[in-house]
Amino acid sequence: MSGMSKIVKTSVNILFPLTMIFGLYVIAHGHLTPGGGFQGGAIVASGCAMIVVAYGSKWVFKQINEKRLSTFESIGGVGFITVALLGLVFSTVFFGNFLAGSNLLFGTTPATGSTGADFNTGGVLPLMNFAVGVKVIAGLFVIVLVMAYASSVKEWDT
Amino acid sequence: MNIIDVLIEQSPALIIAIPLLGAFLMPLVSRINSTLRNIFGLLVLCLTGFFVGILASDVLANGPRLYIFGAKDLAVPMVRILFEVDSMSIFMALITMVLAFIALIYSWSFMKDHDGLDKYYTLVLLLITSTFGMELTGDIFNFFVFLEISCIASCALIAFWISEGEALEAAFKYIVVSAIGALFVLFAIGMLYAQYNALNIATLANVLKYTFLDKIILVLLLVVLGMKAGLVPMHMWLPDSYGRAPPSVTLIIIGATLASFYGVLRVIFTLYGNVLSTTMRFSIPLNVLVGWILITLAIISIIVGVAMALVQSDFMRLIGFSAVTEVGYMFLAIGAGIAALGTPYATTALQGGILHLLNDALDIGLLFLVAGAVYYTTKKRSLDDTSGLARNMKYTTVFFVIGFLAVAGMPPLNGFASKFLIYESVYQLNPILSIVAILCSILMLAVFVKVFYAVFMGPELPAFKNVTEAPRSMLLAMGLVAALAIFIGLFPNLVIDALVKPAADALLNHAQYIGTVVGGI
Amino acid sequence: MIEYIPFIAVVTMIFIGLYAVLFRRNLIKIVIGISIIESGVNLFLITLGYREGGVAPIFTSLPPGTTYPAGMVLPVPQALTLTSIVIGVAVLALMLSLVMHIYRKYGTLDVRKIRRLKE
Repeated sequence: MSGMSKIVKTSVNILFPLTMIFGLYVIAHGHLTPGGGFQGGAIVASGCAMIVVAYGSKWVFKQINEKRLSTFESIGGVGFITVALLGLVFSTVFFGNFLAGSNLLFGTTPATGSTGADFNTGGVLPLMNFAVGVKVIAGLFVIVLVMAYASSVKEWDT
Repeated sequence: MNIIDVLIEQSPALIIAIPLLGAFLMPLVSRINSTLRNIFGLLVLCLTGFFVGILASDVLANGPRLYIFGAKDLAVPMVRILFEVDSMSIFMALITMVLAFIALIYSWSFMKDHDGLDKYYTLVLLLITSTFGMELTGDIFNFFVFLEISCIASCALIAFWISEGEALEAAFKYIVVSAIGALFVLFAIGMLYAQYNALNIATLANVLKYTFLDKIILVLLLVVLGMKAGLVPMHMWLPDSYGRAPPSVTLIIIGATLASFYGVLRVIFTLYGNVLSTTMRFSIPLNVLVGWILITLAIISIIVGVAMALVQSDFMRLIGFSAVTEVGYMFLAIGAGIAALGTPYATTALQGGILHLLNDALDIGLLFLVAGAVYYTTKKRSLDDTSGLARNMKYTTVFFVIGFLAVAGMPPLNGFASKFLIYESVYQLNPILSIVAILCSILMLAVFVKVFYAVFMGPELPAFKNVTEAPRSMLLAMGLVAALAIFIGLFPNLVIDALVKPAADALLNHAQYIGTVVGGI
Repeated sequence: MIEYIPFIAVVTMIFIGLYAVLFRRNLIKIVIGISIIESGVNLFLITLGYREGGVAPIFTSLPPGTTYPAGMVLPVPQALTLTSIVIGVAVLALMLSLVMHIYRKYGTLDVRKIRRLKE
C-alpha cells in the first residue's frame, strides 16, 4: 500500500495526536470511566492504522522496528502477570489488590456513593490497565502493520 | 503454617500463572540463545509440574480445594472467579503435565531446524496454560475464556508448517469449527446467567431447575464440547489437524481435546448432576436418554474411525482417525456409566473411561511421536513411500510396536487394562455394544499391522539406505511414553486405586463439589 | 412485545451468520459470517444486563437522584461482552491471516477449489 494524497496526510497529521491523547486518556482513566486498557489500546492502535493507511505500510515499516513492538507486547504481558503475582506476595492471593486503601500510589479509598472521580484510587487496577494498554497497542499495531504490508507485497519471500 | 502449606494453598493460581509468565517471557528469552530458550521452557514446565504434584497429593488426601482470585473469602453476591480442584480435575492436570513435558523434550530435536521457534514455544506454553485453566476452573465463563485461548493457540500451532497448503486448510477448518462452537458455548453461558444470575459451576448446579432453556443449554454444551472432543458427526476437524500439526504439538492438542472431554463430564455429572437421575423425559429418565445418545454416537465414532483408518495412506492422518476411535471408546464408557447410573457396573464403566483417557493420551501420543520420527528422518508422510525402516531405526520400531499393541488393546500393555474394564461393564448393559467394541479393536490391530509392514518391514528402499535413528531427545520422549504405557499395563491397579477411583468418585459425588462452594458462604 | 425485539434480532443475526458460514463458498464471507454470529451473541449478553431506565454502572458522577445499585444496568454481562470482543479480535485476526496465506498458496478463495484434505 503506497501513500495517499497530501490532503489525507495533512489531516492525519492533525488527527493523530488527538487520537493518541484520547486513547491514552481512556487507558489512564480505565478505573473511573467506561474503557480501560483494551479499549484505549484499540483507539491508539486505530490511530496508528490511520498512519499506515495515509503513509503506506512500506514507509511505516521502514520507520519502525517490528521486533521492538513485539518486545513491548511481551513486556505488557509480563507486567500484567507480575502485578498479579505481587498481589500474591503482598496480600496472599493471586490478583490481590494490595495497593487499595494503602495510601500509596493509587491507594486512596474512594468515597462511597455518587462522587466526583478521584484519579488516585483503584489500587492495582490502573497498573494492570497500563500493562494491558501497552500490550494491546503493540499487538494490534503489529497485526495491522504486518497485514497491510503482507497484502501490499506481490511476491512474498518465504 | 509452614512453607509447603502456603505453596499448596497458592498452587491452583500458580499452575496457571507460571506457564503464562513463561509464555510472555519466551520472546525475550529466545533473543539471547536458542539453547537457553529450550532450557527455559523445560524449567517453566518443571516448576509447574512441581505445583501440580503437590496440589495432587493434597487434593487426593484432603478432598476438593477452592481458590478465590483477588480476595481472601467469598462474599455473598458471588462475582469472584473461583478455581475448584477436585480429584477429577487434578487427574486431568496430571495427564496434561505429562503430555506437555514429553512434547517439550521431543521438540528439542524435532523442531531444531525451524525458525520462528520463539513464537512456537510461546504458543505451546499458552496452550498448556489454557488446558490447565479448563481443567481447574470452577467458573463456567472462565471455562469459555480458556476454551477460546486453547482454540486460538492450537489453531496457530496447527498452521505452524505454514508453507504446506494442507496445514493452512486444517487450521482454517479447525478455527471455523471451534470459533462457532465457542460462540455457542458463550450463548449457553448467557442463558445460564440470565436464569440463575450466577456463573459459578457449583452455584449453578445447586439451583438448576431443568427448565426449557436448560434443555437447550444442555444440548448446546454437549454438542460443542463433544465436537471439540472429536465425537463422530463433528469429528472431521480432528484427523486433519492431528495429521497436519507438528507431532510434538499434536501431543499437546490431544491434551486440549481431552480437556474438552473433561468439560463434557463436568457438564453432565456436576452441572446437571442434581437433575440427571430425577428428571423424566419422554417417560424415561434423563440419564438413560443422555447415556444412550452418547453410546450411539460413540459406537458410530468407533466404527467410522476404524473404517476411515483402513483406507488412509497418510501415516499421521491414519493415526488421527484411530484417535477418533479412541474418543469413541471413552464416550462409550462414559455413556454406559451415565445410562446405568447407580448400578455397580456403572462405576466400573466410569473408571474404565477415565483410565482410558490417560491411556488414549499416551498411546495415540506415542504413535504420533513415532510418526514424527519417521517424518523427521525420511521427510515422507505417505505409507506408500516408506519401507524397510526397521533396519536402521531399531528403537523407533520397538516403540511403534508398543504403541500399536497398546492402541489395539493387547494384554501386557495399558490399552488392555482400560479396554477390558470398558468391555466388562458395557457387556452388562448390552452385550452387542461390547462385541462391536471388541471387533473394532481387532480391526484396529489389523490396520496397524498393515502400517507396520508398510513402514518398517519390507524391502529397504535405496533412498533410505543412509537414514539414521531419530535424535536422542526424541528417543527419550518416546521411551518415556513407552515406559509409562508398559508400567500402567503391568500394574493397572496402582493407577486405578491411586488416581482413577478418586476421580470417578469425585464425578459421582457432585454434592461434595457443590458443597465446597455453596456451603462456604 | 417491544422487549422481545432484541432477542429476535439476536436469533436473526445468529441464523444469518450460520447461513453465511454454511452456504457461502468464499472464505472471506465465512469469516464475516462468524463475525455476525459473534455480534449476535454479544448483543444477547448486553440485552441480558439491560434495565429499564438504568444508567451505566459507574459510581462517579451519577446523575442526581439515581438509586444505586437498583438504577444501574448489570455490569457482569458487560464484562462478559468485553471479554468476548477481545477474544473475537484475536480470532478474527488469526482467521484473516490464514485466509491471506491460503489465497497466496492456492490463488483462490473458493472453498470448492481448496480441498486437498478430503478423503
